[in-house]
Amino acid sequence: MHTLLTKIIWILITFLGVAAVSGIALNRGEHINALWFVAAALSVYSIAYRFYASWIAAQVLTVDDTRATPAERLDNGKDFVPTNRWIVFGHHFAAIAGPGPLVGPTLAAQFGYLPGTLWILFGAVLGGCVQDMVTLFLSTRRDAKSLGQMARDELGPLGGTAALVGTFSIMIILIAVLGLVVVNAMKHSPWATATVAATIPIAMIVGFYMRYFRPGQVLEASALGVALLLLSVVAGGWIDNNPVMRVIFDHEGLTLAWCVMTYGFAAAILPVWLLLAPRDYLSTYIKVGTITLLAVAIIILQPEVKMPAMTQFIDGTGPIFGGKLFPFVFITIACGAISGFHSLIASGTTPKLLINERDIRMIGYGAMLLESFVALMAMIAATVLDPGVFFAINSPAGVVGLAEADAVAKISSWGFPVTVEQMQLLANQMGESTLFARTGGAPSLAVGMASIFGSAFGEKLLALWYHFAIMFEAIFILTTLDAGTRVGRFMLQDMLGNFWPKMGETSWTPSVVFTSALVVGGWGYFLYIGVIDPNGGVNILWPLFGIANQLLAAIALCVATGILVKSDKFKYVWVTGVPLLWLVVITSSAAWEKIASDDVRIGFFAGAEDLATKLATGSFSPEKAKIAPQLIFNLQLDAWLTLFFVTLLWLIVFDMLRVSYRYLAGKSVPPLAEVPYSSSRLIEEWVRD
Amino acid sequence: MLSKIKAAWRLLRRLSGDDAYERYLEHYAHHHNVDCLHACDRPLSKKDFFKQWQDEKWHGVKRCC
Repeated sequence: MHTLLTKIIWILITFLGVAAVSGIALNRGEHINALWFVAAALSVYSIAYRFYASWIAAQVLTVDDTRATPAERLDNGKDFVPTNRWIVFGHHFAAIAGPGPLVGPTLAAQFGYLPGTLWILFGAVLGGCVQDMVTLFLSTRRDAKSLGQMARDELGPLGGTAALVGTFSIMIILIAVLGLVVVNAMKHSPWATATVAATIPIAMIVGFYMRYFRPGQVLEASALGVALLLLSVVAGGWIDNNPVMRVIFDHEGLTLAWCVMTYGFAAAILPVWLLLAPRDYLSTYIKVGTITLLAVAIIILQPEVKMPAMTQFIDGTGPIFGGKLFPFVFITIACGAISGFHSLIASGTTPKLLINERDIRMIGYGAMLLESFVALMAMIAATVLDPGVFFAINSPAGVVGLAEADAVAKISSWGFPVTVEQMQLLANQMGESTLFARTGGAPSLAVGMASIFGSAFGEKLLALWYHFAIMFEAIFILTTLDAGTRVGRFMLQDMLGNFWPKMGETSWTPSVVFTSALVVGGWGYFLYIGVIDPNGGVNILWPLFGIANQLLAAIALCVATGILVKSDKFKYVWVTGVPLLWLVVITSSAAWEKIASDDVRIGFFAGAEDLATKLATGSFSPEKAKIAPQLIFNLQLDAWLTLFFVTLLWLIVFDMLRVSYRYLAGKSVPPLAEVPYSSSRLIEEWVRD
Repeated sequence: MLSKIKAAWRLLRRLSGDDAYERYLEHYAHHHNVDCLHACDRPLSKKDFFKQWQDEKWHGVKRCC
């Protein structure tokens, strides 16, 4: 009876899933309720989690709940600590979910809601979740080794080096693009700038509190910090209304970019307790709180999605970034569907806490499902806006024109009516002077969130909600920026230490300053170019980030595929092999287009040539002629960088194929580095805990 | 009801690391000084423990995109 009931429930869930997915896929020309998205997501996730993830855990990975995990065997009370699975889930989710799943879907909404939504749902259950879960499993079986170490052990030195280089480059590009998102949100917005700036001293106050005033009282200090953050959102409004104060916080993008760089450098050399650790606490609470609030608001209010299922921009002429639906939607949405960066958390960090192998499904697969859901909510928040408004906020001035009248005329001519008055009213409601050309996703997401929250909790608070949403994004973008710069610094010190041992000492001040400056210089360069680029910079940087992130995912899947072959599980090799193949296809074709396309908005070389011709014929204003040489150099650099990424990708794929072929042909390969079985002595008490 | 609130509070403390020092003392009691008669190491003070715990937490990739 019980099994029958279970069967009926699963059949109903399947029906609901099919109905919801086909509902959002086949809907044309009418507004569609956001609840359908939620229904589609929840049923796809439940089915995938219950059946596919269980099957992978049982048949492909053969997780063994009697086997001792590294947390048990190497328990040292510090980093290796057997931890309740819900706690591990919380830590893992907080670590993997950053600003990426919010920005990518917002940008990809230029294609319409459908392509991005389908990729977020199916990319996650077939690709991203599988990657996270398999990597977590492999690292758990290898004393919590990092992805780079596993690549070196299982495939060879090439794999290890590729993982290291991949991680470093993705970090640089990621920080640059996130920095750009924050700068575009703060540009000429005293309220946003003041609120974001206030997060720095607030983090320091919390840091001092936890270190000296009441050591280790994390919750007390965090509660104080969150209260101060909320106050800073309100205080930003006061500053905005004060004619003297608002001037202090009203800045050009370039000035703000220099501030962000200075901040990044300071954060990388200051001790972690002062800035990084307390900021991270605050951003985690704000993040989890806001995401929950957004989910509740969407479910209660059931907003209508106004964006069409697909726009004409699938042909590659989109204003936010150039490029056709294939492959660019898959590059634009990385986090939320499949994100290589997660494999760095799933190896090395999380396995040190895991009590039992049977929790791998819940933590690896489950946490990624949740991140995918966050990406879906970002998609909803972007598409509940009037499409005209969405494009007016996100289209860079270089595409639609600097004058507001030109911009609305251009956007309306695409079939997305919008007026200057409408934009002005919206800007007033949000407490901003203008919302035009705020490329990068944060402002449009904030407007979307503010309108969702506003209709739930009162329209009068729109401006507060808007700046709360900006603060919410900025605070964890800055956390990623701090943490990323610091990791980049450590990696660089480690690399340089091979040539000059003194440089490898992580506390030697000259080395700290030198490597931090190099890392900040690296992302600062891309941020600088992104800010001066009249086409918004996001157009260039985001695809580059997507390619780098997918490259890292491909490395993780190569390691997994190679290990499956070496473990005599060739018949299951498609579980990681198919997502890998898909990544190779999309990354290679995106890279090919970015390098070889004749379209000046897609191809880097084509763009550089176009600028060079215009510069030579003198068709630029003196202002633009001044920055043109820098833009030309940058486009060429980006082309070479893309070529480098894709070469790295193919090298590692061939290395994996070589190892697999040698194994299948009975030749010698690096042996499996799995730690031998030892029986777990932890009993049920840990699990209930 | 009360026990559920208590459990949630424990979960929150555990997640945030608020109880890290208590867990460290517990671990210390279990694993150190079990068979020493004199000259035992003392556990770290709360301040020192927290210092070390926080510094170590931020080695390696801890946050994603």
